[in-house]
Amino acid sequence: MRIAINGGLLIDPKAGTEKKQNVYINNGVVEAIGKSPAWGNKKATNIDASGLIVSPGFVDLRARMREPGHEHKATLASETRAAAIAGITSLCMPPDCIPAIDTPAIAQMIKHRANGLGGTQVYPIAALTHGLHGSVLTDMKALIDAGCVGVSNALTPLDNSLVMRRALQYATTFDILTLIYPQNASLRGNGVAHEGRVSTRLGLPASPVAAEIVGLARDLALVETTGARAHFCGISSARAVEMIQEARARGLSVTADVAIAHLHLTEDSLLSFDTNCHVEPPFRSEQDRQALISAVADGTITAICTDHQPHEPEAKLTPFSESEPGTSSLEVLLPLALTTGKQTQMPLASTIALLTYGPAQILNIDVGEISVGHRADICIFDLDEQWILNKDTINSAGKNSPFLGDTLTGKVKQVICGGKLKIN
Amino acid sequence: MSSSGLRDSHVQLNEDGSLRHFLTIDGLSQSLLTEIMENAERFIDFGQRKIKKAPLLRGYTIVNLFFEPSTRTRTTFEIAAKRLSADVINLNAQRSSTSKGETLLDTARNLQAMHADMLIVRDSHAGAAHLIATHLNDQLQVVNAGDGRHAHPTQAMLDMFTIRQYKPDFSKLAVAIVGDVLHSRVARSQIQALGILGVPDIRVIGPNTLIPTDVESLGVTAHTSMETGLDNVDVVIMLRLQRERMIGQLIASEQEYFKTWGLTQERFASTNKNAIVMHPGPINRGLEISSSMADSPNSLILPQVTNGIAIRMSVLSMVMSGVEGVKE
Repeated sequence: MRIAINGGLLIDPKAGTEKKQNVYINNGVVEAIGKSPAWGNKKATNIDASGLIVSPGFVDLRARMREPGHEHKATLASETRAAAIAGITSLCMPPDCIPAIDTPAIAQMIKHRANGLGGTQVYPIAALTHGLHGSVLTDMKALIDAGCVGVSNALTPLDNSLVMRRALQYATTFDILTLIYPQNASLRGNGVAHEGRVSTRLGLPASPVAAEIVGLARDLALVETTGARAHFCGISSARAVEMIQEARARGLSVTADVAIAHLHLTEDSLLSFDTNCHVEPPFRSEQDRQALISAVADGTITAICTDHQPHEPEAKLTPFSESEPGTSSLEVLLPLALTTGKQTQMPLASTIALLTYGPAQILNIDVGEISVGHRADICIFDLDEQWILNKDTINSAGKNSPFLGDTLTGKVKQVICGGKLKIN
Repeated sequence: MSSSGLRDSHVQLNEDGSLRHFLTIDGLSQSLLTEIMENAERFIDFGQRKIKKAPLLRGYTIVNLFFEPSTRTRTTFEIAAKRLSADVINLNAQRSSTSKGETLLDTARNLQAMHADMLIVRDSHAGAAHLIATHLNDQLQVVNAGDGRHAHPTQAMLDMFTIRQYKPDFSKLAVAIVGDVLHSRVARSQIQALGILGVPDIRVIGPNTLIPTDVESLGVTAHTSMETGLDNVDVVIMLRLQRERMIGQLIASEQEYFKTWGLTQERFASTNKNAIVMHPGPINRGLEISSSMADSPNSLILPQVTNGIAIRMSVLSMVMSGVEGVKE
């Protein structure tokens, strides 16, 4: 299949391109940029991208597919399709499915299932410990060989610092990236809301900033002493941003991401007991949110992810603290990232980098760019089109978004995933 | 995405501003709180009548749905409803988030299918009554009898009603709330009610482990010392300490707690003349309050219980009066 994307503004942060250029795709691969190949526009699907942005397909560092184990919430089929339509052409799946991704067989099964569906490419993250129980290290090398792109204990922090240290040391043996959700479990306790004004007013069990920064401080110390390559997932507080900054300034091999909803919501969103605002880590203060936005703008945080966690309706139809945490966020990634970009007056290419080359570089995988000879993963979007997020415009099986009913600006118009059109 | 923060009060009010449900004090108007108290006045001598019944809620079915143990609150709600001639059913239900039992909403829907008219709900999770009211808004009236650490609005109103009997001018009062503010839904609702009624000086007193973060945002000042905290106050509200789960964690020992924050006659001397002492019960003698203080003439612990019935009659009748067919 040949595709010609004509008349769009091509922005590829990796190559530094920002220019009106046509892109020509043949057999799933980018064949030419700018200069037309011999076949020209003939016998090709022509896409008129005039007035639109042509960018690399997005790379999402964290999206739950719910398969295997929670197919009543969502499936690989439903979520890889929804992700592709949202412009996400590569995504990482955390290991906390059931069973956890702790053997090569499970990793291969997921990759095989996902890639047979023809949607977004799925990159599994391997469990750091068996069953995520925090005691026995997994066969990391074999898991990476089976297609995993890093190791992580997902949302279950390792209580035992010795196990954490050995896990990092072992990972460095093979230069494997460790993805860490920084959290001290006992300080978090049963907290479901940021400890502050709102948790005090509503009487919700609180998770203090200390839970995040105590966990982060320990793990940074272990990263420093082991020389490990570490990525910190879903930073939520201003102090954590400073600590990442300091660590990077001292030359540690440390990166960080933020979930898109944390750039837009604070503890105030809980005031109506909206269970769609129950997330882990919790939405924090306005000051924390501003620090996260600055960190995205100044390069401390180099990736924005969806932290997509689709749920069935019943998971959220409970009192707040009993509801399951997480938002369905595939569809909001682009429009909300563009909004943050505009607020901070970031160049458009920098915003796109946070969704493409930034996360790809963290993982050290060969996606998030548009270059000749590369797999054709491309997102074509309208910067200014407004649309309303509702249960019909959410393609994910999970409709649990705190942004339901909101008018969003920026709409994906066409997606090419491995050379195939994803929007009819 | 709602940032109003007043959605609770929107859910609990009819369009004309009258009570539809009673979920929280947060966001209610001074005139509504005053109306609840004034309406309660007419029920206050009910208990001394020979025939302790009014026909206001005759024919209505009220369900006490309690997922947490309670004696006093459940009983006073039951008495209040029966004195208003409603049929009352008590359900002491078990619920666990880990076991795959019936959900809270399903339980409520079942009761609604049995044509219950009102649910009086107690649950250990903040927002439980709010959840039922939001999802069964048109079919059922909901009264919150305590949800987690969030709110206990009828308890707060009976406390305001009791204060008013002795100190009618809220705008001149200093009130201290002592003890476990962190875990107390009673304290949260009291603080909101006192603020709405115009009390200019509201204080909380306790060790830093029991005072919630950013407590000042509720409109109070925080004190760690009883001596400064009780200085010149008119009302002292003692909170119950849950011994079992606190000792060695949130407080060091019972001895140190009583020595530092227990209410004794000696400490009480620094309050204003004719100051009153209240406690939502059940009390721990010798832990948060000395026996002599609990039994002193300044203590209103038992009148609080009596007033609880009148306030609950007031709230139940006001909530049901918005429903078609209930006429006063």
